[in-house]
Amino acid sequence: MMNKALLKKILQRIKKQIPIFAVIMVLSALFAGLSLYIPKLFGGAIDLLTGRDGVDFSALTVILIKIAVFSASAAVVQYIMTALANRAAYKITADLRKETFDKIHTLPMSYLDSHPTGDTLSRFTNDAETFSDGLLLGFTQLFSGVSLIVGTLIYMLTIKPSVTAVVVLLTPLSLFTARLIAKKTFGMFSKQTSDTAAQTAYITETVGEQKTVRALGAEAEAAAKFDKYNENLRRSSMKATFFSSLTNPSTRFINAVVYGAVALTGALSVIAGGGMTVGALASFLAYANKYTKPFNEISGVIAELQSAFACAERIFGFLEQKEEAPDGKRDNEIKSNDVKIDDMSFSYLPDKPLIKHMDFDAREGKHTAIVGPTGCGKTTLINLLMRFYDVTGGSISVGGVDVRDMSRRALRCRFGMVLQDTWLRYGTVADNIAVSKPGASREEIIGAAKAAHAHGFITRLPDGYDTVIGEDGGGLSAGQKQLLCIARVMLCRPDMLILDEATSSIDTVTEKKIQAAFDALTEGRTAFIVAHRLSTVLNADEILVMRSGDIVERGTHAELLNKRGFYYDLYQSQFKQGKQI
Amino acid sequence: MKKLLKYLKKYRAQSILAPLLKLCEVALEIAVPFIVSYMIDNGIDKGDKGFVIRCFLLLILFGALGFGFAIVAQYFAAKAATGFSADLRGALFRHIGKLSYSDLDKFGASSLITNMTSDVTRIQNGVNLTLRLLLRSPFVVFGAVAACFVISVQPALRFAAAVPVLLVFVYVIMLFGMKLYGKVQEKLSKTVRAAKENLDGVRVIRAFGIEEREKAEFDKDNKALLKTQLSSGRLSALLNPVTLVIVNIAVAALMYSGAVKVSAGTLTQGEVVAMYNLTVMVLVELIKLADLTINITKALSSAKRVSAVLDAKPSIEYGEKGADDSDVAVKFDDVSLSYGGVEALSHIDLELKKGQTLGITGGTGSGKSSILSLISRFYDADGGKITLFGRDIKEYSEENLRKTVGVVPQRAALFAGTLRENLSFGAGEINDDTLEKALAAACALDFVRDKGGLDCKVEQNGRNFSGGQKQRLCVARALARNPRILILDDSSSALDYATDARMRSSIFEYSKDMTVIIAAQRISSVRNSDAIAVVDDGKIVGYGKHDELLSTCDIYKQIYVSQKGGEDDE
Repeated sequence: MMNKALLKKILQRIKKQIPIFAVIMVLSALFAGLSLYIPKLFGGAIDLLTGRDGVDFSALTVILIKIAVFSASAAVVQYIMTALANRAAYKITADLRKETFDKIHTLPMSYLDSHPTGDTLSRFTNDAETFSDGLLLGFTQLFSGVSLIVGTLIYMLTIKPSVTAVVVLLTPLSLFTARLIAKKTFGMFSKQTSDTAAQTAYITETVGEQKTVRALGAEAEAAAKFDKYNENLRRSSMKATFFSSLTNPSTRFINAVVYGAVALTGALSVIAGGGMTVGALASFLAYANKYTKPFNEISGVIAELQSAFACAERIFGFLEQKEEAPDGKRDNEIKSNDVKIDDMSFSYLPDKPLIKHMDFDAREGKHTAIVGPTGCGKTTLINLLMRFYDVTGGSISVGGVDVRDMSRRALRCRFGMVLQDTWLRYGTVADNIAVSKPGASREEIIGAAKAAHAHGFITRLPDGYDTVIGEDGGGLSAGQKQLLCIARVMLCRPDMLILDEATSSIDTVTEKKIQAAFDALTEGRTAFIVAHRLSTVLNADEILVMRSGDIVERGTHAELLNKRGFYYDLYQSQFKQGKQI
Repeated sequence: MKKLLKYLKKYRAQSILAPLLKLCEVALEIAVPFIVSYMIDNGIDKGDKGFVIRCFLLLILFGALGFGFAIVAQYFAAKAATGFSADLRGALFRHIGKLSYSDLDKFGASSLITNMTSDVTRIQNGVNLTLRLLLRSPFVVFGAVAACFVISVQPALRFAAAVPVLLVFVYVIMLFGMKLYGKVQEKLSKTVRAAKENLDGVRVIRAFGIEEREKAEFDKDNKALLKTQLSSGRLSALLNPVTLVIVNIAVAALMYSGAVKVSAGTLTQGEVVAMYNLTVMVLVELIKLADLTINITKALSSAKRVSAVLDAKPSIEYGEKGADDSDVAVKFDDVSLSYGGVEALSHIDLELKKGQTLGITGGTGSGKSSILSLISRFYDADGGKITLFGRDIKEYSEENLRKTVGVVPQRAALFAGTLRENLSFGAGEINDDTLEKALAAACALDFVRDKGGLDCKVEQNGRNFSGGQKQRLCVARALARNPRILILDDSSSALDYATDARMRSSIFEYSKDMTVIIAAQRISSVRNSDAIAVVDDGKIVGYGKHDELLSTCDIYKQIYVSQKGGEDDE
């Protein structure tokens, strides 16, 4: 079911909690002893009720007081036990959440880029919780279940071994029945799951594009198709629901049989006069009722522990991922904002080289544009400049220091970056702009928004700069989101600037205006501009034309046009055809 | 909430029979302690083994009968619950189909999807559990207490006093528990959101070097979550122990009062055992009841959300008429529109003759799409009047309006199925000839043939087609219905200039008397239109032909200049 290495890791992790586990174990044994003594006491009380004028009230009072004391102590023990278990479980989960979150920021970008967000997120939510719940509640239930079973057995044996044998032999029947039903219904549940998935997919698509459905007047047609999915689901869900709901009545029936058998054998042995009393029979009936419950719980525990271990494996798999290489220490040797790329090579996959032996210099204050068709390596170059990835050959240096010899912080704080993929978070507009400069004043934020030409639309939002925008930018258009991202760099005014398709969703007129703001911002600063629209790179000091990872041409716009090469063709494809109309 | 009960009506027989059968099962269960009591008083006391065996057989028989009742009850409950949820889902789907764009905006697609999926499933669980269990537990509790009264009133009273105490206790715990649970959920989703944002925005966060701040913020949220979880854990841990104490003390009181009766000779030992067994039953059911209440509460909150959707009256009502005989295809008369209090269009006047082409251009968020939405009546104008072919748009029946106006929306949405199904979606049967002509006019025939023709498979959201291909297919879908007015809402943004131009000219050839309205960012897409409207900040700031606008409209000129690129270099 599980391997030793995993168990060791789990133990390592819950080491701090082991004393609590021990306490919980002791408490659960104590609880079983205390609570199971109560039916026996009741049995004793019943035995005192022998008939008219035959009741020993002083003895009865003693027993009843004992019952009150035992139930009160059992309750206190149970409370402490449950509270401790909950506490330990929540603490382990919280620690795991924190560790997982912190881990995100130590992982190399290559890991994050190759693993979907939803996947990592489920480590964080479901897995962490299932692990601690399953582990703790599972173990607690296991301890208390075992103690209850053992305790009940001991108490029953002290009363009457022969009747105990009846209980012990018959009870497992209910377990087997429950198992059998679960096994039989498994297929029905998977059919229900797949029908649900099919319907959900259809709903997601149709309701998600409801506006299109409305525009086409296709509501009735969509509904007819939906009905088919709905009917399938209704059938399979009917089956699964019905057959699985047979578990409880079946176990109840088996319990009734056990109960009857205890009543029969118990009554017969009372008549036979083997030392069994009516009170003892009453206690026995109570025990017979209680005996099945822990069995059912334990069979649930095994499944719970199994899924806890599976989750543990996934969480540890994530937490043990190799972290980024440590930061370099030569931060204070960085002399300037000159960027030098020297014989640099890079590949995402070892056997598929992407960039081969690239060289170029970007002196402080120089603007470099990078153009080329999709997949030519433009964005990769940005990844390397920001050291999201490390080069596989040659070097990139800033101010004379290899980027691997300085801290990432020192490198990145020199750059301001605007990407095509806008990232906004849940929060106010002002907070979103201030991402680049925590603690910026409102005046600074407004100034930055004005420079990015975002001030106009922001003031038209319901609460202006205090408007809360939902996850992923909520109702803002792609262009507005880009403006906010541009405002960020306008706010932090970095030494160097990287613009990766920063204006791709903005209309051409606004783009021109922002271009002017960028020009002002980058005046005298080093800048790298990646663009699809060639109109935005015309003024660069040097244009690097890339094609499948190589720089195939370089020069100013005019020089490159004169070459009549690849750049010329690219340029023509964008503007020439537009003119033919 | 009552609205939802309507969908249970169809399963009235099942919904009544299921609890009724449960009642029979419970009655049989409650009889068990009585049988045991007789067995003790008449069998054991008199040493009658035959009587004991008969009692045993009766116990088994009752168990078997109860089992039979339960099976039928479960069947009815499952049938009613699954049927109910299927009907509810169907009704909800149709209702969503009637909502207007502003209703859809208000609810949001993702929340509607949640309503249709997990909310309805939760309600189904709630109905199923209610029919099966919620009625069972009170039956057992009240039945057992009543049975105690039948045996002997005074001891029963002692025990019965405990039931309301327990109910109040469970209720109070649940009340606070649900409140805390809600808080836990809220804080949990906050941490999940933070993790999601950090994963999605990891580049930006690293670029600005704010990792430490993010970690600190998360730590704060995480600790707050832990704190709430701990208090909810402490609270829920109370449930079982307190129940245990209350019930045992009540049983002890019952026992004492019973002893007095036994001593007086008015009660037998067997009857006391019966009462004791009945109280054990009550304890078990009360604990089940508490678990159940949690599920029911969840179902109720889902039911509330679903009802809110079903209660929403579609904000647009349609008339019953169709197009009138008029040469003016589209006319806007002083039309204004606002979304949620923010004005999107103000005082728009437009007139477009049949067969003409109108181009609309302007910056991002200027109001181009809003004008188009009004022509399809996706939204209703706040002021002014819109007429299509001489008829007020509000007098059109929905069917006539959709037939008259064909839209190619900005978002090129396709649906899983075949291409043929997609092209004729919502328009009934359209013959292949028409479909192929439409595809040809949309410059889509070539790649469609490559993919296997009209029967080629379209994956969910059309993800097996590129953005440009999807746009062309959506154009074909609109053309295939032969609308009198065709609306193209930035529907060639993913096409290169040449294909864009080719598509436009073939659309004009496809139908000469079709009125076409094109909204686009690209000047090249609108420059050949009969008239161009320039929109800025919700107002029309220029109207006329391309050459006129170049000299009369500053904004138009700016857009033009910003796009013409290196033309002058040639």
